[in-house]
Amino acid sequence: MSDFPYLLVLMLLPLVTGLGLLAVPEHRHDVIRRAALVVSLVVLVLTVLMTVAFEPSGPRFQFVQSYPWIPDFGVRFSLGVDGIALVMILLIGVLVPVVVGASWNEGADAGRGTGKSGSMRTFFSWLLVLEALLIGVFAATDIFLFYVFFEAMLVPMYFLIGSFGGPRRQYAAVKFFLYSLVGGLIMLASVIGLYVVSANEIGQGTFAFDALRQISIDPDLQKLLFLGFFIAFAIKAPLVPFHTWLPDAGAEAPIGGAVLLVGVLDKVGTFGFLRYCLPLFPDASRAFAPAILVLAVLGILYGALLAMGQTDMKRLVAYTSIAHFGFIALGVFAFTTQAGTGAVLYMVNHGISTGALFLIVGVLISRGKSRTIGDYGGVGSVAPLLAGAFLLAGLSSLALPGTNSFVSEFLVLLGSFGPYPVFSILATVGIILAALYILLMYQRTMHGPIKPAVRGFKDLSKREMAYLSPLLAVIIVLGVYPKPLLDIITPAVNATMSDVGADQSSAQAGNEGGD
Amino acid sequence: MPDLSAPSISYLGLAPVLIVLGAACIGVLVEAFVPRHLRWNAQVSLALLGTVGALAAVILVAGRNELTAARAVAVDGAALFIEGTIAALGALSILMFAERALDPAKSAFVASAALPVGSSADRKLATAPYSQTEVFPLASFAIGGMMLFAASNNLLVMFVALEVLSLPLYLICGMARRRRLLSQESAVKYFLLGSFASAFFLYGLALIYGYSGTVDLGEIREVAARSGASDALFVTGLALLIVGLLFKAGIAPFHAWTPDVYQGAPTAVTALMASCTKVAAFGAILRLLYVGFGTSEWTWRPLIYTIAIVSMVVGAILGITQTDVKRMLAYSSIAHAGFLLVGVIALGDAATAGRGLSSTLFYLLTYGLTTVGGFAVVTLVRDGDGEATHLSKWAGLASRSPLTAAVMTLFLLGLAGLPLTSGFTGKFAVFRAAIDDGAWPLVVVALLASAIAAFFYLRLVVLMYFSAPAEDGPTVGVPGLPTTIVLAVTAAATVILGLAPGAVLDLAEQAAVLVG
Repeated sequence: MSDFPYLLVLMLLPLVTGLGLLAVPEHRHDVIRRAALVVSLVVLVLTVLMTVAFEPSGPRFQFVQSYPWIPDFGVRFSLGVDGIALVMILLIGVLVPVVVGASWNEGADAGRGTGKSGSMRTFFSWLLVLEALLIGVFAATDIFLFYVFFEAMLVPMYFLIGSFGGPRRQYAAVKFFLYSLVGGLIMLASVIGLYVVSANEIGQGTFAFDALRQISIDPDLQKLLFLGFFIAFAIKAPLVPFHTWLPDAGAEAPIGGAVLLVGVLDKVGTFGFLRYCLPLFPDASRAFAPAILVLAVLGILYGALLAMGQTDMKRLVAYTSIAHFGFIALGVFAFTTQAGTGAVLYMVNHGISTGALFLIVGVLISRGKSRTIGDYGGVGSVAPLLAGAFLLAGLSSLALPGTNSFVSEFLVLLGSFGPYPVFSILATVGIILAALYILLMYQRTMHGPIKPAVRGFKDLSKREMAYLSPLLAVIIVLGVYPKPLLDIITPAVNATMSDVGADQSSAQAGNEGGD
Repeated sequence: MPDLSAPSISYLGLAPVLIVLGAACIGVLVEAFVPRHLRWNAQVSLALLGTVGALAAVILVAGRNELTAARAVAVDGAALFIEGTIAALGALSILMFAERALDPAKSAFVASAALPVGSSADRKLATAPYSQTEVFPLASFAIGGMMLFAASNNLLVMFVALEVLSLPLYLICGMARRRRLLSQESAVKYFLLGSFASAFFLYGLALIYGYSGTVDLGEIREVAARSGASDALFVTGLALLIVGLLFKAGIAPFHAWTPDVYQGAPTAVTALMASCTKVAAFGAILRLLYVGFGTSEWTWRPLIYTIAIVSMVVGAILGITQTDVKRMLAYSSIAHAGFLLVGVIALGDAATAGRGLSSTLFYLLTYGLTTVGGFAVVTLVRDGDGEATHLSKWAGLASRSPLTAAVMTLFLLGLAGLPLTSGFTGKFAVFRAAIDDGAWPLVVVALLASAIAAFFYLRLVVLMYFSAPAEDGPTVGVPGLPTTIVLAVTAAATVILGLAPGAVLDLAEQAAVLVG
């Protein structure tokens, strides 16, 4: 079964269905959303099968497929996954059906005075196209192909935010698009630069990741090329100070879009650090690591402080993500296998727990028609199940032991304490702040006197339970037993860390950074 | 008296140009002798036959590399590729000329351009069923001139071709049926500024002749190589020639006419100017710089380098402030001219020669097709006053006509250079050639300019999709067969050249030959 073209099928299935949905008459809501659900579930099953078929001790890239695409540019349509990409694709597989469930009525009231311009058909169409492109981003092993997906995935997200988002959706959509596009174009310069370097080094220009990894690039040139990639990924991740688009986009996006935006799309940035920045530019990575770690720690503290000051629930969750991305960047650039593994696991866990948090906030908003924390109070006594789900997702977000995030956060801190004790300690402060902002939000909305707006709240419906319970279950399961994922991730991180030469340099870098 | 003997002429090599010009000449006769009720069909078929025939001739002749007519005209890969591109884009523009379903008066062109605007005769004419057919031979002459312009290996021939392409364009710019004053104003502006540019070119020609004693590009290069090329005559002459060409290509800082003329001219004519004229002008620029002045690169390289930056930045930044779709597309074309100059710069190094040229040729093709498509969409969106080009009128277009909005979005994303569209492939090819050539600062500027330009393309997408429709918004006309063909071809090309550009890139690679 291992020569089944998983990756190609995983991309084509949602892509074709997404385009096919456009042919379904607009009023056939049940056909549209059921088709989307079925396809996303099939994709989930395929990703699970692929994960089972993956051999952690096997070659670095598996399920490899390669077809010539644009021979004049030396571009091939090459797919393949290592452990890191695999778990991200698995995360996509899990989140998309959940998002479909959560967006069951999205666009059903199109054109009835809601001011939103999108219809259900276009929503699910864009959603499935987005899924295909996201899988492509993680599966591409040709840098040109990666760049193509990296930019192309902006388009569906742009329309999801712009057509289905909140009151300031136009502003948020354009800001999101332009920030990402600028980053992408800067990266394009580096992509072309890499190609030219490869043409000089091995006589023939190539974009193949494996070939590029093996050429040695002049350190000064490395720094320039590294910066091109780094800026694109730092905007995407986002790392402070490139983060200002995320609160807007996260707050204005429809809930389903926000889950995928923060849960998966942003991970492309941190994934890019691991896949491209470190292995291709090891010298530059080491040279810039201290500065990036400062940004990462700044992000942890700054994101957390800003999150505490928010009155809008969606913005709050978006700011918590900035803090969490700081943790991931800390794990990536600490250059130890432990921290790197923690960072990758964090990418998955953050997708799950922030996704759940966004979805529950979405449920609240759908009931109370307001994003302001102050409009809610005492929800816990009216809708206990909702409050319980909120608490669990919140605890996962603040990384309580026993939840999934704890494992990853602990690994990041442990792994970075060796080389960079100061940063590690500062990051720990971020955990305390996380407890504050999550628990404060929980306390204000769920406890206290019942506000008039909350009085008629219904508890979770069957549909809501159906899409929330898998995520909540994953939070517990990965908190108790993360080993299967760690087994997949660790070899890939090991390979990445040996590319960057971490073993030789980590001790030395630690002395510099720690003093 | 010197002995004059007729030069040998390769009629086959010149066939593409001759077919278009021949069709134009027959068109004049048709205008004189064919009864009025038959003229429309006769002229449309004749003009299409000319352009499509020229395209066929290009395919037939492909592979030749020679100079003919006493070295005056080049028949080489680059010339033929550009001639083919012009013929194809010209045919698409002619189809837009021939659209009769959109305007209630059956044609976008005024029946009698000489009547004073607002006179009683003019008002009567507005509802009269007359249409005029002289635009077809005029457009054919212009297209023939453009093809010759890009192929001329001789400054005098180049000048003659410049006039042949310009004069008909001046005329048809002023022939819009709606908003006639705006149209006439644009014609006068174009004529006055265009004449200046021609004068610049002619003066430069004279100075270069004074310096080298020849108007043949190949011989000029040899003279320049011998004498070191630091002569004041030479430098001034070269500068004046370049100014004339930059004007025709609509490159900042010689772009001032572009927005006004693009806005005022009938949209079909704008499409012709934005695509074919630009392609032709770049063909001439390439030939002039590399064939004529290839050995004196350091005289013009810094100049072109700077102008590329100016054009990209001016086009991208001023494009943001526009409130009219046609003006916006005009500034977009100025920015794209800057991107094209990035490719022109990249021809420089002998080791990589061909890659800069082939990528520029490819970019010209993709840009031309997408631009024609964009203007074709503009002709569809109409209100009682003709085309509704003000941006605010486009608000909420997607809810009124999803297909039109989707097609326009495709073109805008293509112009913005998003991956999976032809615009990206073109940009990538050009930028790769430039980085290869060491011009990476220029590429960084180009990338930033692309990002700025993306803002105004996106703004239109935002308007169409995310804004509530205006109360008294325009209607979207149902296009007739000609415009439908244009939209289908250009949209398909935008997608195909983005997804699978291999074959066309190969073609451009093979065509990257400049003889002389």
